[in-house]
Amino acid sequence: MSPMLHSILAFVQTWWVELLCAVLIVLVVPLIAVYIVLVERKAMADMRARLGPMRVGPHGLLQPIADALKLLFKEDLIPDNADQFIFWLAPVLSMTAALTSMGAVAIGPWFQVARDINIGLLFVVGVGALGPFGIVLGGWASNNHYSIIGALRSTAQLISYETTAGFALVSGFLLAGTLNVRAIVETQRTDQAWYVFLAPVGFFTYLIAWIAETNRAPFDLPEAESELVAGYMTEYSGFRWSLYFLAEYANMIVVASVGTTLFLGGWLRPFPNVRWLAGLDAAPTLLLAAVGAYCVFRAGKQPARAQSMFMWAVAFGCFVVAAIFTLALPFSHLPLERMHDGLYGAFWFLLKVSAYIYIFMWLRFTLPRFRFDQLMRLGWHILIPLALVNVVDVGIALALSSEFGINRWVAMVITTAATLGAAMLLLHWNDKYAAAASAALLTDSSIAEDTHAG
Amino acid sequence: MPPAYIPLLLFSLLVLAFPVVTLIVFKYLRPGSRGGPAKFQPYECGILPETSTRGRYFARFYIIAMLFMILNVETIFLFPWAVLFRGWLAAHLAAFALLPMFVFLGVLLVGYVWLYKKGALDLA
Repeated sequence: MSPMLHSILAFVQTWWVELLCAVLIVLVVPLIAVYIVLVERKAMADMRARLGPMRVGPHGLLQPIADALKLLFKEDLIPDNADQFIFWLAPVLSMTAALTSMGAVAIGPWFQVARDINIGLLFVVGVGALGPFGIVLGGWASNNHYSIIGALRSTAQLISYETTAGFALVSGFLLAGTLNVRAIVETQRTDQAWYVFLAPVGFFTYLIAWIAETNRAPFDLPEAESELVAGYMTEYSGFRWSLYFLAEYANMIVVASVGTTLFLGGWLRPFPNVRWLAGLDAAPTLLLAAVGAYCVFRAGKQPARAQSMFMWAVAFGCFVVAAIFTLALPFSHLPLERMHDGLYGAFWFLLKVSAYIYIFMWLRFTLPRFRFDQLMRLGWHILIPLALVNVVDVGIALALSSEFGINRWVAMVITTAATLGAAMLLLHWNDKYAAAASAALLTDSSIAEDTHAG
Repeated sequence: MPPAYIPLLLFSLLVLAFPVVTLIVFKYLRPGSRGGPAKFQPYECGILPETSTRGRYFARFYIIAMLFMILNVETIFLFPWAVLFRGWLAAHLAAFALLPMFVFLGVLLVGYVWLYKKGALDLA
């Protein structure tokens, strides 16, 4: 027994950061996901001139906890003619796929479950691709017409946009020259540019394709409430339903993290090589102190004593974290540099991820839902060729700047202009084609009575 | 297995345990189910389902799945090329790096244009 214990101890000693990360991700990511829902409801309410959730806790801050408890204790129905085992398996599969792909994502230079595995982002894409299985199995096992239609639509949508998503990633990998997450971020430091500036079209296609991959509005057809009840989730209730929900939000976090790593400089602060902008390192302390001060200011105005105590607690937490950041600041070149880099890296990384997730929400509140044929046409007729042309153009830009000594920004502008020209051509062809297709549909006598077709 | 993957393996087991354990634990914690047999019918807005869902589906989904296979295998070929690309450029092998991939993508482009003309890319 003793040698086995020894080897376990040695293992824990070597990998304690990774193991801690693993436990923290499993515990914290579902919590973050439910709080993203709260932020989303608040942002939506703000854009529609409402208040949003206000009842549970000050400004509705405890609403997600209440929702989670409600869902955990809700009645859990399995329809009689459902396939019991697959019905049980499907949401678990979705959730597991979404959370496992978090394993290769690096939150700052030191917090990563799979540190320095050289397949890095390939692991994220590969494991994330298991998510659609959860959706299609759930829809099939429910034995409900709405579910199966939702699942089929969802699968068609996910596999259509998966290709574009892959091409968009390839344009980033061309610039980075590696799949290792840490190496990708460090290459952006030595290249002195975030890849969003060197491959803007790549980032654009990445953004659109992964919104579709996460089933978010305007591509939320699988769960289109107004036509399919709830799509593949129709028969799911209680905690099983919330597993699908958590999977969707965990997927959003993964997508935002990968986008941040590959295109937005990961955990690097803006202009990491510019010495006189080092003052930006004070940003985390100042931001947290400002949030804490606001909570102190609001604490006196809460209607109940419990609520004001809660605000004081939030303010205290903010001040403590701000103090930790300040204390770590002088250690950037001392033995504790790991702590410094890890803390500040995590701050910038999470800030960028939050901004990215806000774009998701913003698009959801702004754009109406696509029709299914519009969605497929956008994917197959425009995004796939555009992403493909972009891969070629990024390759040409790199070759131009290394073989002919052309400044890489000039090369980037030339090739991006070429890509955009190709996009214009695609849109033009698609318009002509779509007009012809609609005309053909309208003259088709078999569906002439359906005026909404085409 | 390289040692860096062991924490990842433990992590995926932990992730798998999270929904499974929660489902099993709360099965015993939550109050029991009440209600008659109608509750366990499929929810189709109150109308009893007339046909089984285990029927036939729109054949276009099959075409979409085939096209996905072709294009995604293509993406897999692009991944190693993209990773090695900058190394080739550094060794001044730009033509070697670009031309084979152009030929490969050109062949696929011909196929894509043919599919476009055939209308295989439409679901309408």
